[in-house]
Amino acid sequence: MKIIVNGKPVETGAQSLAALLEELGYGGVVVATAVNGDFTPVARRAETELKDGDQIEVLAPMQGG
Amino acid sequence: MEVYGTKLTSRLLLGTSQYPSPAILADAVKAAGSDVVTVSLRRESGVERAGQGFWSLIRSLGVKVLPNTAGCHTVKEAVATAQMAREVFGTPWIKLEVIGNHDTLQPDPFALVEAAGILTRDGFQVFPYTTDDLIVAEKLVEAGCQVLMPWGAPIGSGKGLNNRFALRSMRAHFPDVPLVVDAGIGLPSHAADAMELGYDAILLNTAVAKAGDPVRMAEAFRHAVEAGRLAFEADPMEPRDMAAPSTPVLGTAFRS
Repeated sequence: MKIIVNGKPVETGAQSLAALLEELGYGGVVVATAVNGDFTPVARRAETELKDGDQIEVLAPMQGG
Repeated sequence: MEVYGTKLTSRLLLGTSQYPSPAILADAVKAAGSDVVTVSLRRESGVERAGQGFWSLIRSLGVKVLPNTAGCHTVKEAVATAQMAREVFGTPWIKLEVIGNHDTLQPDPFALVEAAGILTRDGFQVFPYTTDDLIVAEKLVEAGCQVLMPWGAPIGSGKGLNNRFALRSMRAHFPDVPLVVDAGIGLPSHAADAMELGYDAILLNTAVAKAGDPVRMAEAFRHAVEAGRLAFEADPMEPRDMAAPSTPVLGTAFRS
């Protein structure tokens, strides 16, 4: 299926958000996630199923003012 | 000063963006004596992992972090970003920014108040980046904010206190709410000015990060904030229009 990750189209076979993060190399990385604009906590990533067209945000700590 | 039950030893809160290098950022934080730094969240690549090194650096400094919602333009974006920040940074503190205009980066006060209410009910301790409008400030306090952060001037402008009168009014109107001037400070004298008005603290970033020597400028701001606070506590003299001799007139030579 085709989804959008951080604004870019991604073709994935991952069924869950947790599987997607592993597939994209985020395993062990400190990130926060949102699906279609809603925050999805770490504890819910495994049970969060992905659908075609989902918009995923993967954010990490960054410099800020 | 104390915010949300946490005692802070420094009245200078420092942003972590735009420094020439991570090492200079670390040295600037130390020179500023800050015990709170602001941080943010941005999209991370699973390959580059740029944010991980930054987060390690910040943790090594032993300071508290105040995550922001910079770049958010709607209540929904700001709330989701705050929730993500709470998970990543492990703090209920959030510097709430809901931007209303691309050019001035001024807050959208309506969205700000709404988001502040939602986040407070969700257990957040909200530090709202707001204007110097008293009514907006009142609504933020009603929404649960225990600190207010009015701008001095637009973010990154370095203009200082654009509306000193409004900031004085705000101090008088909220004698018991910690007030932090956030944004627009360009020089240590601007910071000292705000502190002399009775502001509790200063939050700045660009003025230090974009100085030719950020570490030295951080130190200058530390002194300015401390000097301004001491001056406020010392109860400054009233200015007057006419001259008044400071040297005793009695016994002056060559006078009959």
